[in-house]
Amino acid sequence: MIINKYVKVYSKFLHTSLASELEYKANIIIDLITAILSLVGSIFLLSIFFQSTETIGGWEFEQALIIQGIYTILNGITNTWFNPNLTEIVKHIREGTLDFVLLKPIDSQFFISFKKINPSGLLEIIVGFSLLLYCIRINQININLSFLFQFLITITCSICILYSLWFFISTTTIWFVKTWNATEVLRSFLYLGRFPLNSFSFYLRIFFSIFIPIAFITSIPSEIFLGLAQKWKIILELIISGIFLYFSRRFWIFALKFYSSASS
Amino acid sequence: MSNLSIRKIFTLLKVQYSNMLEYRIEIALWAVSGIIPFFMLNIWTNNNLNESINISNTMLSRYFLSAFFVRQFSVVWVVFTFEEDALLGKVSPYLIQPLNPFLRYFAQHIAEQITRFPFALIIAFFFLLFNPQSIWIPKLHILLLSGLSTFLSFLIQFLIQSIIACLCFWTEKASSIERLLFIPTLFLSGLLAPVNLFPEYVKSWIYITPFPYLIDFPANLLSGNPTNITFGFSMQIIWIVILYPLFRKIWLKGTKKYTAMGS
Repeated sequence: MIINKYVKVYSKFLHTSLASELEYKANIIIDLITAILSLVGSIFLLSIFFQSTETIGGWEFEQALIIQGIYTILNGITNTWFNPNLTEIVKHIREGTLDFVLLKPIDSQFFISFKKINPSGLLEIIVGFSLLLYCIRINQININLSFLFQFLITITCSICILYSLWFFISTTTIWFVKTWNATEVLRSFLYLGRFPLNSFSFYLRIFFSIFIPIAFITSIPSEIFLGLAQKWKIILELIISGIFLYFSRRFWIFALKFYSSASS
Repeated sequence: MSNLSIRKIFTLLKVQYSNMLEYRIEIALWAVSGIIPFFMLNIWTNNNLNESINISNTMLSRYFLSAFFVRQFSVVWVVFTFEEDALLGKVSPYLIQPLNPFLRYFAQHIAEQITRFPFALIIAFFFLLFNPQSIWIPKLHILLLSGLSTFLSFLIQFLIQSIIACLCFWTEKASSIERLLFIPTLFLSGLLAPVNLFPEYVKSWIYITPFPYLIDFPANLLSGNPTNITFGFSMQIIWIVILYPLFRKIWLKGTKKYTAMGS
């Protein structure tokens, strides 16, 4: 079975990259402190916003915390999978070792997207989930099957969109080799996903829905918690994440045509 | 300063400037990634958060535009360059030269800022196009003073990062310590919200830390918001006086400890 093969290969990936990453244990702890501090900082910033008002864009402080939780989980996923692999792709292309990847009897996109894993991001995901649990308690949200189902669908879609964005930038390395600054731009825009979309002005909201779909990445999963998300929004998110995934795949295949190995 | 060292500095600047011009697209992208203050401004004004705190929309937008400028010209990345150089063993030849490698990095930063200047102006132009009511012309002496305080802010951050970079002599990953320290810088420096809007429990201690003098003080100065000029400059200078000997000390200790990596 083809799926069996991929599962087996992935477990090998996990094993090797965990083994090499756990060598830097101090690093993992520093990264975790960084993640927690940046969450505390964002909540501090939110509290400044709420000093003189009850709601921002229709969200109360306790509700806005849900967005922080979702953001922290997604940021953890980015740090665990997308970011370390992006660094790896850049290295493959600069040093010309992408040749070896392309020759392997396995899908090249699968290989370069999942080869590496950074365990400190996993801890960040746990922090995010703990915050979400706390939010469920203070907002008195009752958990039922349909809520869990909707949450799972939307968060999976968010992860797919996020993955596509990162993979899109990784792919551009085939032409530009350096992508460090492009990821900086993406990161700084994604950062705005920490705040309710409705708190921005109308034009910015449109910008964040179309060009950099922050609206779909953090807002819709958070709205599920409050029971605000309409059916059409969930369906729209499904469609959009499908489009993103499809184009990231097409773009990778297209870009490979331009790949000329680095001279050796 | 002797004639020789002035010539050294000019040669370094010239070389690094032509070097940086090659990377203008990267630098332009980097300038774009610094527009977060404008989005923060959007949250403030769109929710009328500033009504109860006695600061007009115009003054707030001037503040955030100034914060954008100050940030653009005080970005420091020396720890990342130094870590890469240390890991690849490039530091060894630098150490033989009669020139502190950090002087080279310093020239790199200045050259990068000169390259960045036109892009920052273009971004500011677009910002003012959408917010024409916030156009203002600062007096010449204010302009010079805020330029100076931005430079001092850059110097403080350069010294802090150089100290962290020297930790590369002991540990291989100094950059993760820098990432940790960047978080308080981001939230406490005034880049995302003016410091005088912070709650009292933070304001009571924040003014003795270096953070408000990195963005908030120069930005207030430039935008014409009230600030204590003498106190701000004194604090900036005090921090430089504290940090510089610390850097010298850790540099001397680190170079003794240095073992070349790579080949």
